[in-house]
Amino acid sequence: MLVWSLSGRALVWSFAAILLGIVFVAPLAVIICASFSEQWNGILPTGFTLEHYRDAMNGAARDAVYASLVTGLVASLLALVTGAWAALALRARVDQWAGALGLLFFIPSAVPSVSVGLGLLVAFSQKPLLLNGTTAIVFVAHYVLISAFAFGNISAGLSRLAPDYEEVASCLGARPAYRLMHVTLPLVAPYLVAAFGLSFALSMGELGATVMVYPPGWVTMPVAIFGLTDRGDIFSGAALTMILVVVTLALLIGLERAPIRSAAPR
Amino acid sequence: MSDAVALAPRAARLNLGGWWVAPPLAVLALLFLYPLILIGRAALIDDSGALNLAAAWGVLNSRAFLNALINTAEIALASTIGCVILGLTLGLILAFAPFPGAGLVAQVIDTFIALPTFLVTLAFTFLYGSAGILNGALTSGLGLDHPPVDFLYSAWGVILAEVTVYTPFVLRPLLAAFSLVDRSQIEVASLLGARPLRIVRQVILPAALPAIVAGGSLCLLLTVNEFGIVLFIGAKGVITLPLLIYSKAIQESDYQGACAIAIVNVALSLALFSLYRAAARRLGG
Repeated sequence: MLVWSLSGRALVWSFAAILLGIVFVAPLAVIICASFSEQWNGILPTGFTLEHYRDAMNGAARDAVYASLVTGLVASLLALVTGAWAALALRARVDQWAGALGLLFFIPSAVPSVSVGLGLLVAFSQKPLLLNGTTAIVFVAHYVLISAFAFGNISAGLSRLAPDYEEVASCLGARPAYRLMHVTLPLVAPYLVAAFGLSFALSMGELGATVMVYPPGWVTMPVAIFGLTDRGDIFSGAALTMILVVVTLALLIGLERAPIRSAAPR
Repeated sequence: MSDAVALAPRAARLNLGGWWVAPPLAVLALLFLYPLILIGRAALIDDSGALNLAAAWGVLNSRAFLNALINTAEIALASTIGCVILGLTLGLILAFAPFPGAGLVAQVIDTFIALPTFLVTLAFTFLYGSAGILNGALTSGLGLDHPPVDFLYSAWGVILAEVTVYTPFVLRPLLAAFSLVDRSQIEVASLLGARPLRIVRQVILPAALPAIVAGGSLCLLLTVNEFGIVLFIGAKGVITLPLLIYSKAIQESDYQGACAIAIVNVALSLALFSLYRAAARRLGG
């Protein structure tokens, strides 16, 4: 406790409340209000309506929700597989290359998303791998951008595991594949779930690489929201943003509550 | 027990070593490194397929590129400074003068990391836009003819949005560092008569400096790379490097120019990434 006097504490707390209110609460609150409003010309919005959400449930906006969910699912699952694979393989290596290789898997998170999209556009607009104009190039773009975060999460989880269980298993004669499936993977399961949630959330909000590569028939939610607001339809944009936020948070909270717990005693 | 673990041969841990890293490495090489190399190649070759250094050099000497570079640096620096100041202020209050529910507030701020960055920009349209709440209140309250608040469609709008979005990235390591500060040191200092500001300056800040540097350099990297906020603000005069790459490639179909700018942007980002890694290593070690 740094501030002891009652008046000092009241002052500090009201300062914090104003700061938090302006910076974090107000933006979320106006998006929620706007998504339910018919008009907003004065201080307060006028006219309660569910029309923006009803619009989002059919037509182009619904396709965007579908495209985002499928893209997030495919890219996150791929990132989970390669991230776990790379983290497990690097964990077993103790040579001087392990550090450099680990860094290499982190680098996609440092490169600007627009440049990742540009690179894919340049690389896969020509044979032998012609992906430009397909849905696959959107999956690839999202996968590349989230792979580093999945790898980082799983590596961090693996580094916290005590090797005891795995050593006991191999002393008892478990073969490497059996040990991986029945000991190591169950132990890191919570980190795999967390990595999947983070990857999915990042994919849902991805914009920079997607605008570079998306084909006309595969518009993700962020691209659709930009299209709406760019045309001046900011209320529908707010409603679609709210759907994006709710879907993302529901998934994150659902995964947090999932009955997957590490078997390791705490 | 720990001795036994330390003495156990490393090979007994897992036999997945050796070449097992090759498959994910191949995927990374094909989908990330190969496109990155092709960006470099495409920057130097024109539409006819001939080597053309002059075109790339021309783009990098253009007014548009230099302006974007300066904008990017200014916005990133100002946003990072803002994030560090706001993060420090909130972190100090949440950790050392916690109000009821401070833990929950810290968690809610943390979930901002998972939300799309353009959400804040869209919200700012309603809050500070020309027909927004603030201008509505001021015009009707003061009886003005036209909206007095007009910062949103400038660099300041981008900076304010980025501060909102990226402060959680500073706050997270800061709160972790603050939780390690010895509370008895603070109590002793205040019993000896040190004022709160002096305790912050002489006890808390030195302990939290590595976390500030790590969080700040991560902010710098993320704000240099930020695209959504700048695109959504859509102000004519506020073009950053990622936005310039987007408009060159998609709107002008000038891939060579876009690739030349992308090389500079990627190099800048990788330099900031190594700065962040060095800072994070100091934080961990």
